[in-house]
Amino acid sequence: MAPLIEVRGLKTYFYTDDGVVRAVDGVDFTIEQEKTLGVVGESGCGKSVTALSIMGLIQTPPGKIEAGEILYHRNGNVTELTNLDPKGKEYRSIRGNEIAMIFQEPMTSLNPVYTIGNQIMEAIILHQKVGKKEARKRAVAMLEAVGIPLPRQRIDEYPHQLSGGMRQRAMIAMALSCNPSLLIADEPTTALDVTIEAQVLTLMHDLRKEFKTAMMLITHDLGVIASMADDVVVMYLGKIVEGSTVRNVFHHTKHPYTQGLMSSIPSLATKRHRLVPIEGVVPDPFEVPAGCGFEPRCPQSMGICKRETPPLKEVVPGHRAACWLYE
Amino acid sequence: MASDNVLLEVKNLKKYFPVRKGILRRVVAHVKAVDDVDLYIKEGETFGLVGESGCGKTTIGRTILRLIEPTAGGVIFRSKRLANSSEQYREVDVTAASPKVMKALRRDMQIIFQDPYSSLNPRMTVGAIVGEPLLVHGVARGSEREDRVRHLLGAVGLKPDHMKRYPHEFSGGQRQRIGIARALALEPQLIVADEPISALDVSIQAQVLNLLEDLQDEFGLTYLFIAHNLSVVKHISDRVAVMYLGRIVELARTEELFDNPKHPYTEALMSAVPVPDPDYSAERIILKGDVPSPVNPPSGCYFHPRCRYAREVCKTETPVYRHLGGEHFVTCHLADSLNLRPVRKG
Ligand SMILES: Nc1ncnc2c1ncn2[C@@H]1O[C@H](COP(=O)(O)OP(=O)(O)OP(=O)(O)O)[C@@H](O)[C@H]1O
Ligand SMILES: Nc1ncnc2c1ncn2[C@@H]1O[C@H](COP(=O)(O)OP(=O)(O)OP(=O)(O)O)[C@@H](O)[C@H]1O
Ligand code: SF4
Ligand SMILES: [Mg+2]
Ligand SMILES: [Mg+2]
Repeated sequence: MAPLIEVRGLKTYFYTDDGVVRAVDGVDFTIEQEKTLGVVGESGCGKSVTALSIMGLIQTPPGKIEAGEILYHRNGNVTELTNLDPKGKEYRSIRGNEIAMIFQEPMTSLNPVYTIGNQIMEAIILHQKVGKKEARKRAVAMLEAVGIPLPRQRIDEYPHQLSGGMRQRAMIAMALSCNPSLLIADEPTTALDVTIEAQVLTLMHDLRKEFKTAMMLITHDLGVIASMADDVVVMYLGKIVEGSTVRNVFHHTKHPYTQGLMSSIPSLATKRHRLVPIEGVVPDPFEVPAGCGFEPRCPQSMGICKRETPPLKEVVPGHRAACWLYE
Repeated sequence: MASDNVLLEVKNLKKYFPVRKGILRRVVAHVKAVDDVDLYIKEGETFGLVGESGCGKTTIGRTILRLIEPTAGGVIFRSKRLANSSEQYREVDVTAASPKVMKALRRDMQIIFQDPYSSLNPRMTVGAIVGEPLLVHGVARGSEREDRVRHLLGAVGLKPDHMKRYPHEFSGGQRQRIGIARALALEPQLIVADEPISALDVSIQAQVLNLLEDLQDEFGLTYLFIAHNLSVVKHISDRVAVMYLGRIVELARTEELFDNPKHPYTEALMSAVPVPDPDYSAERIILKGDVPSPVNPPSGCYFHPRCRYAREVCKTETPVYRHLGGEHFVTCHLADSLNLRPVRKG
């Protein structure tokens, strides 16, 4: 498969009154065309900031992309997104047309004063260059595709009239109505009940196939990652600590942090056993440890871990980890 | 009572909240948040209560503690503290207890909240927060109180010098530990834990789950563990009740529930949970539609519009909550004839 997005050495920092937050601190990964990349990690590890950096939506100030490149492959050409003006014409057209994003809380991206139909139609008119009548037809079809019952009626309702699950579907409909090559989904089901989550995940899975859309799926839920992703990167303190295919990451786990995550969650499908938690807490972003960021919590830490930051590198073919155990 | 070592029994519990409309705030309808629930909790066990948002879990927990008054029904608690010298325990109906009895019961039953951020007073030190119940109930004062607080902080894995700090100086998991220490202060028999780990980071959740298990062993605690995460409930509970729209649809011992589900909602719920194993390939049962509103629940079986096994009788007749044998209860017309899918082992 060919790459769609290549992120190289990305650093996105925030300059706050309390100091510099290295939200994304040298991150490398590739999203393949038509594939789903799962991004997993705990609160504050930089998942959303990574996504917003690709979207060109980092608020400056306080944020700034300090280093790195985001290579976007299309029609045989490569565009370096960080070279574009985030507010300029080209980026605006990429955003929405080619790269779309759905957020955890759909109310933040649906406008409460417009009907969902108006909002989807607006996206269609803008991106597909069709008239109002045709746009409405396509919007109804889109709502139908995402499984909203009575789409001809629902299209004229306002976001607050829909349930959480339906709002999330409306968001997906809006995001997909421009047929993007990449869909970034930031915790798309975290706010939903489990039976509704299953509906939405199944829908995303099917639509992604149908529309041949690549996806960057951000979540802290290892279950969601396991059932949706082709490739996975695990983030900790603004860095990728492990990355490979979903099977490698789950079945041949390399990094002590990933191992810790796996052993600290109960699964429905395994026998009851005592959980093995990761000791301690994620450090404050202003007090990032020297050396390996995971060292203070790592059960396998060694002398070098305190002093030097382990590079992210291939430890077996196709499987990357940032850990001195694999030197 | 259902059996000898029962600590708490909930009988025909109902809680209807009025829905008001217009300038006159007239009551136009009722939310049947809890709609005729029966259950018992045994001493020393963890009883899991699971179900989707709005199904009435918190309302049950709060009614048991009488933080809200029920519309109907009873909550019978067997208190050791209230027993006189000739009895092992005293049976009290919490919903009808006098203020004096209620004050004693408050020591027996405590709650841990979901949100460790808002449930602690930001202007009080950790020592004051954890020691407050001791003061209010006149259990210990001065240096004795301080010793007790120090001991409690130790029990939940915090340090004695944390006493002088304020909640905002702690992480989410640590704050949840503070809440747990406070709940333990009066040596309760029952702790209602309402989503105690949902707000915590994944790596911290296991720390708190293990802590709850250890404290249960150490202090002989009984838990009512409320959560929407089925994997967590399965992990921690001895018995589990599954709720849907204010009712218990199924209740059984944990292994029995997952190996031999009898309610179609339980089956669907179990199949919907994403399993952290990319090779796990059980076909998901996708329920149609949304959870209906508890203001205007469907006719017959509340679950019938989403149930793939529903027959005519399900639309017209409300199934009763019935005993299937052992400790298995179910609310479904077809429970005896259906062959439902258990959780597939990974
Ligand atoms: N606008 C901002 N100003 C200052 N700091 C920020 C800003 N946005 C994000 N950060 C910081 O950057 C870090 C990474 O944040 P990010 O939102 O990417 O985390 P996340 O992995 O998405 O977490 P979550 O799972 O909670 O959504 C955090 O420490 C966060 O506080
Ligand atoms: N004080 C109240 N007034 C009116 N309705 C209420 C009140 N408290 C709860 N309800 C309603 O009662 C129903 C049950 O609520 P409850 O909080 O018990 O659900 P829950 O199962 O705990 O949900 P969650 O998983 O979201 O915490 C819901 O429909 C809720 O909106
Ligand atoms: S580098 Fe060292 S401290 Fe970091 S994860 Fe590997 S073993 Fe643990
Ligand atoms: Mg985020
Ligand atoms: Mg609740």
